Amino acid sequence: MEAFWRRNSHVEKERHVKANARDYNDKFSYADNHIKTSKYNVFTFLPINLFEQFRRVANVYFLVLLILQIIPEISSLSWFTTIGPLVLVLAITAVKDATDDYFRHKSDQQVNNRQSQVLIRGSLQNEKWMNVRVGDIIKIENSQFVAADILLLCSSEPYGLCYIETAELDGETNLKVRQALTITSDLGDITKLMDFDGEVICEPPNNKLDKFTGTLYWRDNEYPLDNEKMLLRGCVLRNTEWCFGLVIYAGLQTKLMQNCGKTSFKRTSIEKLINTLVLWILAFLICMGVILAIGNTIWESQIGRNFQVFLPWNEFQRSAVFSGFLTFWSYIIILNTVVPISLYVSVEVLRLGHSYFINWDRKMYYSQTDTAAEAHTTTLNEELGQVEFIFSDKTGTLTQNIMVFSKCSINGKTFGDIYNEYDQKVEITEKTACVDFSFNPLCDRRFKFYDSNLVEAIKLEDLAVQEFFRLLALCHTVMPEEKSEGNLVYQAQSPDEGALVTAARNFGFVFRARTPETITLCEMGRAVTYQLLAKLDFNNERKRMSVIVRNPEGQIKLYSKGADTIIFDSLDPSNEDLMYTTSEHLDEFAREGLRTLALAYKDLDEEDFDVWMKKLLFASTVIENREKQLADLYKEIEQGLRLLGATAIEDKLQEGVPETIARLSLADIKIWVLTGDKRETAMKIGYSCNMLPDDMSEVFVISKHTVQEVQQELRSAKEHILGLSRVSSTGDVEKTNMFVVDSVFEETIIAEYALVINGHSLAHALEPQLEHVLLDLACLCKTVICCRVTPLQKAQVVELVKRHKGAVTLAIGDGANDVSMIKTAHIGVGISGQEGMQAVLASDYSFAQFRYLQRLLLVHGRWSYFRMCNFLRYFFYKNFAFTLVNFWYGFFCGFSAQTVYDQWFITLFNSVYTSLPVLAMGLFDQDVNDQNSLRYPCLYKPGQQNLLFNKRQFFLCMLQGIGTSFLLFFIPYGAFSVMVKEDGSNFSDQQTLAVTIATSLVIVVSVQIGLDIHYWTAVNHLFIWGSLTVYFAILFAMQSNGIFGIFPSIFPFIGTARNCLSEKSVWLVILLTTVVCVVPGLVVSFLRADLFPTLTDKVRHQQLRKREGPQEQNLRRVRRTSSGRSAKAFSHQQGFGELITSGKNMRMNTVPSVSSPGRTPHSSTWIENVLKRKNRVSCANDESTGGPENSEIAKQTPKQQHTD
Amino acid sequence: MMASSYNAKDEDGHITVTGPGGGTLRSKKPENTAFKQQRLPAWQPILTAGTVLPAFFIIGLIFIPIGIGLYVTSNNIKEFEVDYTGVDMSSPCFNCSQNFSWNSTTPCTCTIPFFLEQPYESNVFMYYGLSNFYQNHRRYVKSRDDSQLNGDMTSLKEPSKECEPYAYHDNKPIAPCGAIANSMFNDTLELFYNDPNGTKVQIPLTNIGIAWWTDKHVKFKNPGVGEANQNLTTAFQGTTKPLNWRRPVYELDAAANNDGFINEDFIVWMRTAALPTFRKLYRIIKSPSNGMMPTMPRGNYTLEVVYITTMSKNLRQNLFNQLNPDYPVRSFEGRKRMILSTISWMGGKNPFLGIAYITVGSVCFFLGVVLLIIHHKCGNRNNSADISN
Repeated sequence: MEAFWRRNSHVEKERHVKANARDYNDKFSYADNHIKTSKYNVFTFLPINLFEQFRRVANVYFLVLLILQIIPEISSLSWFTTIGPLVLVLAITAVKDATDDYFRHKSDQQVNNRQSQVLIRGSLQNEKWMNVRVGDIIKIENSQFVAADILLLCSSEPYGLCYIETAELDGETNLKVRQALTITSDLGDITKLMDFDGEVICEPPNNKLDKFTGTLYWRDNEYPLDNEKMLLRGCVLRNTEWCFGLVIYAGLQTKLMQNCGKTSFKRTSIEKLINTLVLWILAFLICMGVILAIGNTIWESQIGRNFQVFLPWNEFQRSAVFSGFLTFWSYIIILNTVVPISLYVSVEVLRLGHSYFINWDRKMYYSQTDTAAEAHTTTLNEELGQVEFIFSDKTGTLTQNIMVFSKCSINGKTFGDIYNEYDQKVEITEKTACVDFSFNPLCDRRFKFYDSNLVEAIKLEDLAVQEFFRLLALCHTVMPEEKSEGNLVYQAQSPDEGALVTAARNFGFVFRARTPETITLCEMGRAVTYQLLAKLDFNNERKRMSVIVRNPEGQIKLYSKGADTIIFDSLDPSNEDLMYTTSEHLDEFAREGLRTLALAYKDLDEEDFDVWMKKLLFASTVIENREKQLADLYKEIEQGLRLLGATAIEDKLQEGVPETIARLSLADIKIWVLTGDKRETAMKIGYSCNMLPDDMSEVFVISKHTVQEVQQELRSAKEHILGLSRVSSTGDVEKTNMFVVDSVFEETIIAEYALVINGHSLAHALEPQLEHVLLDLACLCKTVICCRVTPLQKAQVVELVKRHKGAVTLAIGDGANDVSMIKTAHIGVGISGQEGMQAVLASDYSFAQFRYLQRLLLVHGRWSYFRMCNFLRYFFYKNFAFTLVNFWYGFFCGFSAQTVYDQWFITLFNSVYTSLPVLAMGLFDQDVNDQNSLRYPCLYKPGQQNLLFNKRQFFLCMLQGIGTSFLLFFIPYGAFSVMVKEDGSNFSDQQTLAVTIATSLVIVVSVQIGLDIHYWTAVNHLFIWGSLTVYFAILFAMQSNGIFGIFPSIFPFIGTARNCLSEKSVWLVILLTTVVCVVPGLVVSFLRADLFPTLTDKVRHQQLRKREGPQEQNLRRVRRTSSGRSAKAFSHQQGFGELITSGKNMRMNTVPSVSSPGRTPHSSTWIENVLKRKNRVSCANDESTGGPENSEIAKQTPKQQHTD
Repeated sequence: MMASSYNAKDEDGHITVTGPGGGTLRSKKPENTAFKQQRLPAWQPILTAGTVLPAFFIIGLIFIPIGIGLYVTSNNIKEFEVDYTGVDMSSPCFNCSQNFSWNSTTPCTCTIPFFLEQPYESNVFMYYGLSNFYQNHRRYVKSRDDSQLNGDMTSLKEPSKECEPYAYHDNKPIAPCGAIANSMFNDTLELFYNDPNGTKVQIPLTNIGIAWWTDKHVKFKNPGVGEANQNLTTAFQGTTKPLNWRRPVYELDAAANNDGFINEDFIVWMRTAALPTFRKLYRIIKSPSNGMMPTMPRGNYTLEVVYITTMSKNLRQNLFNQLNPDYPVRSFEGRKRMILSTISWMGGKNPFLGIAYITVGSVCFFLGVVLLIIHHKCGNRNNSADISN
C-alpha cells in the first residue's frame, strides 16, 4: 500500500519551518512552490528525446538493420531503404513529444503564475504562486484556491474558524471547518503577523490527506498541531472573508501533489499483442534466414563452387558455410519488411485520428458548460472497445451532486407532479413552466418547482401546508448568512438539508437567522422568532432529528423529520389513515428514485415538557451509558406524533444515467460503483440508476470491522449464491437436459445478486488472503457497490480486478479522490465540470456527462477497436505478401539474397504506395453506423472477447499473406520462364520480373483492401486510386531517361516499365495473379458471412435495407420501478447539530471547538426491510428493454405504476 | 496540475476570479461537418450472394475464352530447339567440347544438322538458351557499373567497387568491368539451309534490333561520344579488356553503331535473366521482302557452332578442372541451346498462360456453382430477421 504511492526517495526526517524567516528556512532547501511537469527544454530536447526514442525496441531494431546494411558483404539493400522511414518515424514522434511538452509548459506556467498575497517585509505583496516559499505567511481570500499546504493562523471569522471546500482533494463538496490555534487566532493584523516567529516542527511531506502531526513552538510554549489546523493546496476557501496561513509544504511536496501518483505509461492489450507478434515474426524471420542460409551453404558447395568460372568467391569467403552465414544476415535485411517500421507510425497516426474524432464529436459535447469530450492520450483508443469493467465514482459522476426538492406529500395529498388536461402525467422538461415565486421577495431564484397547486395551497393558508414548511424551516442544522438585506446564503452541511430549507424559503417560510437559543423565520413576510428549547440531534441509529421550540404564542411544539419507518412507528394511532396514504406516496416517490423524509409534529404540554427537560438535564450529566439514556429519553418524547407529510428530494442523477447503465450492461460491461459516500446514499443511487433492480434476489451487505467477520460474511455470501445455484441447477438439469453448460448458470447467477461493501470491510477484504474471495464473490454479483472507500482503496479495487481478471478496466470519476483509480485503471475517464480539474487532468478521456460514456465505448471504442483490428490484419497480410516473395525467389537465385524488387520499390512500398489506403481504412471504416452501435450493444462483445484480432487471426492473415506471396511469385515465374516480347526480344530478365511482380502486388493489395473496406468514403476512393496512380507515376518517373541521365547507377531500371507494361502478356499475368490471389479470400469471407453471419453482418444487412428508414429509439427512458424506499438516505451528519446548538460557531459565544467527523453507519437492519417490502411492489421492471418491440413495455411501465 | 478551474466554480453567487484567457468566448462546440462527425457519405458494400456469385460466373466466363485464345495462339507458334552442349558422346559437339586443344588458335566448329517440319513464316527469331546459369545471383547481378556503361569517363577509369574482382587487371581498369560482362556469351552460331538441290545456303542473320531500344539508346553509351576526333579506340585508351574476352570491347563489331558498349549482343547479355534457365535473343532472320516465300521453308538445316577460345592461359590454369574450351557451362552442369521461334501478338510460345487462364476460369465458374448450391441449401437468407440482443 505504501509502496504504491512512494515517490520521494530523499530522506527528510523532520521538517522545521520558522515563520517570517526566509534565511532560516532556506537552509533546509525545501521544495519551492514551483511546479514542473514538463520534460524538456529547448536545449535538452534533442538528446533526451532521441535517447528516449531509442529505448524503444523497435527503433533499436531498425538501427541495427541500418548498421548491417552498411557492411558491404552483407548489404543486400541500400542503406536508404531503412534510413528514410526511420528518420520519418523519429521526426514524427519528436514533433508529437515536443507539442505535448509545450502544452505541459503552458499549463505549468499558468499554475505557477497565479497570484497570491504574501507577507513580505511588513506588507502584503502580490506574488506568483511559484515564488511562495516554505515559511511564508500568505493571505487567502474567499473563493480562492489555497496555494500550498498551510497552517491556519487566523481568519476573519471568530475563533480562527474557517470553512473550506475540499472537492479538489477528496471529492466531497460539503464544507469543512478548520480552526486555528487559539493562540494564533487573534493575529488578525499585519503588524502582529509580522512579529510572529513561531517555529513548526512537523513530519516530512507525505500523501496522507487526513493526517498531520506537528508542534508549534512559540514564545517558549509548545502547541500540538493536527490536520484540523491545516489548509491543503487545492482547497477553496468558502464563507470566510480571508485567512492567513503559514506555508508548511510547497510545490511538489504538498499533499495534493504527493497524492498525484506517478503517471504510469499505459499500454493497450492490442499493443502488447503487437509486441508479442513482432517477437514471433522476428523468430519467424530468423527461421527463414536459417533455412535460406542453409540453402545457400548447400548451393554454394554444390553449384556455386563450380560456377566460379563466372562468379569467383570472394577472397575471404573460402567456405560455403561462411557464405551461408553472410547470407543469413543479408536475408534478415531483405526480409525485415515483415516487421515494417511504418506499422508503429501508422498505429500512432490512427490513434491520433481516433482521438480527434472523439474530440470532434458533437454528441459528446455538453452545451451547458461548453465542454467537448477530450481525449488526453492518444494511445488507448482501441482499448475502449474492449472494456469489461467500469469503476464509477458516484458523486458528480452518476449524480449531478445537486439536491432538489422535487415533490412532497402534505396531509395525504401529493404535490410536484403536473398533469395535462386529460389527467395524464406530464414529463417535466426544461421547457416546462415553473412556478412563479415573485410574491416572495426573499426567494431563491434558482429554485424551481413546477406544480402551482402547492403555491395555491400556501396562499390559501392551508394550516397543514404552513406547518409542513414551518417544520422544514425550523428543524435543521443549516447556518444562514445574510450578506446584504435579502441576499440569503445557506451553509448546509448536507445538500439535502439545504434543499429542504431552500424549499421552505421559497414557499414563504424563510429561515433568516439563528442564535443558540432562537430561530428567526420570516413567515409569509412576517418575522417570527421561535425559542429553541431542545434539539434532538440526528444519528444513524435514530435516523431522525427533532427540535422543540416555543412559538411566539407560547405553545411548545416538537418538530421531527426522519426516515419514514421510524416516524411511522412513533405516530399517534389516530393518524393511521393518513399514514397509509402517505406511505403509498412514499412508495411512489421511492420508485422514482427520490430521497424521502417523513415529517411529523406534536404539541407539547408545558408540564410534560418540564418533566422531560429535567430528566434530560440529568441524563446529560450521567457519565455511564449517557448515550443510551439520552436516546431513550429522545424516544420517549418523540411518541404520539402527528404526521404532516413527506418530502421527496431528488439527488439529481445526471441525465441519461439509467439508460447508459442499462445499455452498458447489455454490452456485458460490469459496472462497479466506488464511492466515498455513505452506504445509504450509494445504494439509493444504485436503485435509482437501475443497478439494484427490484428482481435482485439478494443484496449482500458486508460491513464488519475485523478480518474474521469480513471473511465469514464473504464466504457465507458466496456459499449462498453457489449453494442456491447448485440446487436450482440440479433441478434444471433433471427437468430440461443434461448438457447445460456451467457458464449458463453463472449467467443466471450474475443476474440476481448485488454486493455492497463498506470501506472498513474492504480494507480487510483487500488483504492478500481475502482478495480472491472478494473477487470471486464480486464477479458472481451483478452489481457491486463499495461505499466509504478511500481514494487508495478505489485504486486497490481496480488493481485487484486488473491483476486477477485480466480484463480491461475503465475508471470514471470527477474528483481528486478518483485520481488514483483513474490512473490505475487501464483507461481513466474524467468528468469535467463539477468538482475541479484534478480527475480530468489525470484522465485519459474527459467529457461533461456520464451518459457520454456509452458513446465513447459503444461507438468510438467499438469503431477504434474494429478499425485497429482491420488495420492490423490487413497490414500484416500486406507485408507478408510483399516480403515473402523474396523468400520464394531465394530458391531460384542460389539463395544469394537477391531481391525480387527494385530497391526503390522496397523503400516506397510501405510508406508511399500502400500506406494511405490502409490509413484511410483505419480512420474511416465503419461496419455499423453509430445509431446501430448504440442500438445493439451486443455488437460490443467481440471486442471484450478479443475476437477481431488475436493470435488466431494473426495466423490466418499471415497464412493469407504467405499464400499470396507464393502466388505472386509462382504465377509470374510460370509465365516468365519462356516469356518473349512481342518484338521477339528477350523478356525474361530480372527487371521485368521485378516490375511485373511489383505491379501485381500493388494491384492485389489494393483490391484486397477494397474488399476489406466496409465504408467507402470519398477519401478511401481518393487514397486507393491515388496510390495506384502514384505507383505508376513514380514507377515511370524513376525509370525515365531523365532521371537515369542524372544518376545512372542509382536508377538502373531505366525503361523497364515502358517495355514491360506495354506488353499484353504482362497485363494478362497481372490480371491472372490478381484474380487468383483474391478469390480464395473472397470465397472464405462470403461463406462465413453467408453461413455463419455474426450480429454485425445482420445489422449491416438491416442497415442496408432501411438506410433511409427512421431510427426509432429502442431504449426508452427506463423508469424507476424499484421499491427501495427504506433505503432512503440521510445526508445528515452526526454532531453538526451539536456544534450549532452549543453555539460554538456563533460569534457571540465563547468556547470554540471542533466538529467531530461523521461516523459511519452500522445498522444493516433496513436491508431486511427492503427484502420484506420487496413483495409489496409488483411492478415488473423490464430493464432489459433491448429490441424495439420492447419499447411498448417500457411505455406502459409508468401507467402500471399509477395503477399500482 | 490544477489548471483553470477558477471560473468553473460559481456557487453562492460570488464573483469568482477570472482566470487567464477567460476572455475567449468562442464556443468549444465541435463543428458540424460530415467529416468531423464521421458521417461522410459512403458506399457500404456487403458481400451478398447477389454480388459475389455473379462475380464468379463473370470471371469464369471471361477467363475461359481468354485462356482458350491464349492456348491456341501459343500452339500456333512454331518453335524449334537444339541442344548443342555436347555432353553425349553421340553429340556432334562432343569432340569440340572435349578435345579442342586450348593452345590452338584455330576455332573448333561443330555442325549440327536438323530438319524443320514446317515452314517458318515472317520474322524468325534465333535465341541461345542457357540453363542452370545463375545470372540472378546477387553478387553476379551487382557486379557491373552502370555509370561506366553509360559512357561516364570517370567510371571508365575508376570502375565501381561492385565490379570486384573484375575491376582492374594489371593495374588497368577493365572496360566493361564486372562479372556479368566478363562472362559474356561468345559462341558463334551460324545457320545454313540445305537446299534440296544440294547447295548449302547461309541464312543471313541480323544482329540489329535484338536489344531494347531504351537500352541501346539511353542506358548504354560509349564513352567520349560527341567529342571531336575521338574514335572508340582512343576513348577506351588506358583500359583493358575483360579477362575472358579475346578482343577488347571496341572491336566487338565492325559497324560503328554496334560497337563498344552499344553492341547489341553485349546489351542483351547485360540484361540479366530472372531465372537460372533463360533464353536470350541472338539473331533475327528477317522475312524476305517479297513476302511470298516463308522465311525458313520446310527442309534440312545445319547449325554451325564456332567455339572461340575465350580464356586466358593463366585463368585456365587456375581453374584446373575447367578444361572446356567452349563457352564453359559443363562444369556447373549447364546446358546450351539454340532456339528458333516465330512470334505472335502475345510474344513467344507460352502454354502456361493459356492453361492457367482456362484452369482459373473453370475453377471460378465451378466455385460459383458450388457457392450457389451452398447458398440455396443452407445460406442464411433472412439475415436481419433475427437480430436479438
